[in-house]
Amino acid sequence: MNALMLLVFDGLLLLGIVSLAWASLASSDDRNSVILFMAFGLVLAVAWGRLMAADVALAEAAIGAGLSGALLLAAVRKRPAQMAAGRANNSHNPDRTGVNMLLQWSVTLLCAALAGTLAWALLDAFSSTPHETLPQAISANLEASGVSNPVTAVLLNFRAYDTLLELAVLLTAVLGILAMGRATAVYQPAGPIFDGLVRWLVPVLILTAGYLLWVGAHAPGGAFQAGATLAAAGVVLHLAGHPRIGLPAGFALRILMAAGVAVFLAVGLSLLVMGRPFLGYPPAWAGALILIIESAAMLAIAATLVLAFVGAFPRSTATRAASRQVREEEAR
Amino acid sequence: MIDVLSSLLILAGLFFYLAGSIGLLRLPDLYSRLHALTKADNLGLGLLIAGLALQAQDLLIAFKLLLIWLAILAASATNAHLIARQARRLESGS
Repeated sequence: MNALMLLVFDGLLLLGIVSLAWASLASSDDRNSVILFMAFGLVLAVAWGRLMAADVALAEAAIGAGLSGALLLAAVRKRPAQMAAGRANNSHNPDRTGVNMLLQWSVTLLCAALAGTLAWALLDAFSSTPHETLPQAISANLEASGVSNPVTAVLLNFRAYDTLLELAVLLTAVLGILAMGRATAVYQPAGPIFDGLVRWLVPVLILTAGYLLWVGAHAPGGAFQAGATLAAAGVVLHLAGHPRIGLPAGFALRILMAAGVAVFLAVGLSLLVMGRPFLGYPPAWAGALILIIESAAMLAIAATLVLAFVGAFPRSTATRAASRQVREEEAR
Repeated sequence: MIDVLSSLLILAGLFFYLAGSIGLLRLPDLYSRLHALTKADNLGLGLLIAGLALQAQDLLIAFKLLLIWLAILAASATNAHLIARQARRLESGS
């Protein structure tokens, strides 16, 4: 009975994921697409939870559904009007331009190739004889990693290189956004009801981020989830019309953005100087080094994600009044 | 006894979720849909959480469930207010 119920639940979950993905792709309205994509992310997070992958479920809910959704909604809102009109014309016009067709087909082909590769990898994983698999290798070496959560051990120790490069990719992406982005309108200050929510929600989010960072050493959590939670606090502050979004000004903000990559590199290089491999922590210090790197990474991830959402450096209150004047003149 | 009670609470919660979802699909305008959705779902979630709390292994888990309910109550009430206020502004503006 119980097994049957779980089977039905899993089936409904799968059906929900696939139909939400389809609905999100098929929707002709961009805003609806994004909202369906966020719902897709949440159901996907439940699926990760069912697979006992709490780390991935947390990351999917916080980054995949929450922050990516907010970023996409902001992108839809900021997009110039003629682009929206262009797309609307295209989707109702049966003869599309050749470039569009080419783009669509190459995306389809690439997705099919990716799906094929994944299916092949899955088959390979199921058919291969159970020699030493990755989970066994990790649990055999977990003692030396400095943490007891295997996911954190992989991300920050065994495969720390990958995480360093991920942080670099994030930094590069936000540099691109800041270089291209136009300054966004500052939202009007929140009314009393929204302000009431912000007043307790932001402290709770900051506290949760700190908890996720700390707990990452021995249970699901870690820098990415904590950073996304902290970034959510920034997004809420931005929506409530706080011009500085709790971020420092000028040079300090630049240091904060680069902190993750910088601390990671500093740790790796000092280990090299001491005659150890790059990012090969001595087991005795591994726990402390991982916590230092993760703290810096959390702050950098949070600052980067918030800046990506806002699309520009936050303005100080002095320039805010001036830019409002500019906007009003443009509007006339 | 506890199992029966928590099943009844969860079923009652599901009923309110169903009512809220039907309201979302069937009611004529945004304000009444918001009203149906937030009120019914908040109550439904409360009943669901009460049912789950009875099954919790210790008081800490029950307390966490209660916190989740309170956070969602505040967030959904605020969201409903913001959506309705924005809709009113758009109506009177245009």
